[in-house]
Amino acid sequence: MKTQPLVIAGRTFSSRLFTGTGKFSSAPLMEEALLASGSELVTVALKRVDVTSADDDLLRHLGHVQFSLLPNTSGVRTAKEAVFAAQLAREALETDWLKLEIHPDPKYLLPDPVETLKAAEELVKLGFVVLPYIHADPVLCKRLEEVGVAAVMPLGSPIGSNKGLLTREFLEIIIGQSRVPVVVDAGIGAPSHAAAALEMGADAVLVNTAIAVAGQPVAMAHAFRLAVEAGRLAYEAKLAAPVSHAVASSPLTAFLD
Amino acid sequence: MSFRPIFAAHAWDDVKAGIYAKTAADVERALAAPKRTLADFQALISPAAAPYLERMAQLSQQLTRQRFGNTVQLYVPLYLSNECQNICTYCGFSLDNKIRRRTLSSVEMLQEAAVLKQWGYDHVLLVTGEANQTVGVDYLEKALQTLRPHFSHISMEVQPLDQADYERLIPQGLNTVLVYQETYHEADYRQHHPKGKKSNFHYRLDTPDRLGRAGIHKMGLGVLFGLEDWRTDAFYTALHLDYLERTYWQTKYSLSFPRLRPAEGLLQPKVEMTDRELVQLICAYRLLNEEVELSISTRESPTFRDNIIRLGITSISAGSKTNPGGYAVAPESLEQFEISDERSPADIAAMLRRQGYEPVWKDWDPTLTAISRR
Repeated sequence: MKTQPLVIAGRTFSSRLFTGTGKFSSAPLMEEALLASGSELVTVALKRVDVTSADDDLLRHLGHVQFSLLPNTSGVRTAKEAVFAAQLAREALETDWLKLEIHPDPKYLLPDPVETLKAAEELVKLGFVVLPYIHADPVLCKRLEEVGVAAVMPLGSPIGSNKGLLTREFLEIIIGQSRVPVVVDAGIGAPSHAAAALEMGADAVLVNTAIAVAGQPVAMAHAFRLAVEAGRLAYEAKLAAPVSHAVASSPLTAFLD
Repeated sequence: MSFRPIFAAHAWDDVKAGIYAKTAADVERALAAPKRTLADFQALISPAAAPYLERMAQLSQQLTRQRFGNTVQLYVPLYLSNECQNICTYCGFSLDNKIRRRTLSSVEMLQEAAVLKQWGYDHVLLVTGEANQTVGVDYLEKALQTLRPHFSHISMEVQPLDQADYERLIPQGLNTVLVYQETYHEADYRQHHPKGKKSNFHYRLDTPDRLGRAGIHKMGLGVLFGLEDWRTDAFYTALHLDYLERTYWQTKYSLSFPRLRPAEGLLQPKVEMTDRELVQLICAYRLLNEEVELSISTRESPTFRDNIIRLGITSISAGSKTNPGGYAVAPESLEQFEISDERSPADIAAMLRRQGYEPVWKDWDPTLTAISRR
C-alpha cells in the first residue's frame, strides 16, 4: 500500500524519513544505516567535511544516487555567519538546499529565532531552498513561511536528547496552520516517536542520534523506516478519534432509526 | 561582573571539609538525581563515592555516548616557544632552568605544520611560555596568520592576555583558549609561582572572564593535579565552569586533567592522584555536565588512555612533542615535560576504531565564523 509522496520545493520524496550523519562509529556503518533507513535526504555538517578534498571520507560514503545532500550550518551563531557558510556549502556541495541552523547556545544547541528569521529571509532572496531548524514556535513558523522557506523544522525536544515529542501541543498548532511541509527535527529518540509525529500529520521527521547511537544502527534505521511508513499510512487512513467516555457499538437509541 | 565574588564566598577549608564530609547517602542521591547540582558533584568526588566507581563509569559512558556519539576528536599541541620569564616550580620552561631557549620563526612553524598535516591533523593547539618581549601579542598574531590557512581550528595555551588582546586575536582565527588556574589555593599558588607575571593569582583567575567578554568561541579550564588537594581544586573548577556557562552562554567549554609529570628541575607532587581517582573525577564531571568536552593528553599512559576514552573523554592528543620544533625543526631539544604515550596518531586512530569510535580530525570550519583566510 503506497502513501502519498512528499513534495518540498518541487522535489518529490518517497521517504518521509530524513537522516543525519553525525555520531556514527565509522563512515561505512553510517552508509549502511542510511541505506537501511530508505532516506533520500541526508544532512551533512559543513564543519565535518573537508570541502577542499575530493576524497573526503564522509562524502565518499554518501555518494549514492538516492541520497540528496542537505548541508547544515551547525556551528554558526549569527545570520551573517549563516549566510557566509551557506554560500560556501552551495559552491562546495553543488546544492541550493540548506538546513539553516543557528544556535548560539553550545550547551543545548537551541536555535536563535531572531537570527534564523533574518538569515532565512536573506537566503531565500539569494535563491536557496531553506529548511530552518527552529523551536516549536507557531508564530515563528508563519513568519518563516512568509519570507519563503521551503519547509519548517521545529524541534520535538532538545537535540540529541531522545526525549520525543515534548513540544506536541505546539507541533499540533504548527501542523494545523502550516502551508509548507513540517519536518519534526531533534529529540526523536524511538521509532514510536517518529510514528507519532507522522500520525499527527507531520510531513517528515529527521533522525540522527537515535540511529547512530543505537546498539545496532542498521537495524534501528530499518525500524525507523517502518515506523515512518506506518505513521504516515495511519495519518492518511484517518485515525479514529479518541474519546473520554465509552461509546457502545450497539447504540441505545438505535430503535428510533 | 566577574567570578571573584563567587570565589571569595567559598573559603578553601570550608569547601574541602564539605567534600570530605559527604556520605554514601549523599552519593546515592547524586547518582539518582535527574539533573545534578554542585553539591551532588561534591558527593561524587568525595572519598564516599569510591565504592560507586563502576556505577559512575556506566552512567558517564551512557551520557557521553548520547551527547557526543561514537566519536572522539583528535588534536595536537604545537610548541612555538620555550622562552619564559616566570618561575613555576613544576615546569621545565621555568626561568631558573638552564635550558636552551628557542622561539620558532614563521618558516619553522610551517615546517612543523607540514608534519602535523601529513599525520592528518586539522585541529592544532599552539603553546608557548610567557615571554612578552619575544612571544607577545604581535608574535601570536603572526603565528595565527601563518598557520590559519593550514588548520580548521586553532587553540592556544599561552600566557593570560588582556581583553583587548583577545579581541585582536579572535578575528585572526583564534577559536579556543585554554587557561588552567594550576591551583585555586591562593597561598599555594603564590608559593609555586614566586616570580614573573604569572605570580598574580587574580589576573589569572579573571582570565576566563576576559575571554568571555571578548567573545571567544571555546575555552578550556583545568588545574594541575599534584599541587594541592585534587578534590577541592576540582570543585573550584566546576564552580568556575558553572559561573562561566551562565554568564558567557555562547561560549563552549572543555576541561582537561593534567597530572604533574617529570620535567627538568621539577618538584615532587605534593598530592598523588591515582588512576582510580582520576577516573572518578572524569566520571563526576560528566555526571555534573553532560555537554562539556573532556580532554586527555599524552601525559597519561597508553593503558590508561585506551580505557578512559570509553568513560567520558571526547578529545585526545597523539604523537605530541612538548619542545619547540619537536616535530621537524629540532626533534632532540628539551621537552616541557615527558609524555607517557608515545604512540603515533595513526596508532591512536586505529585504537579508537578497534573500540568502535570514529576518530574525528575535522569538526570545525573557519567559514562558520566568517573568518578571512587571507
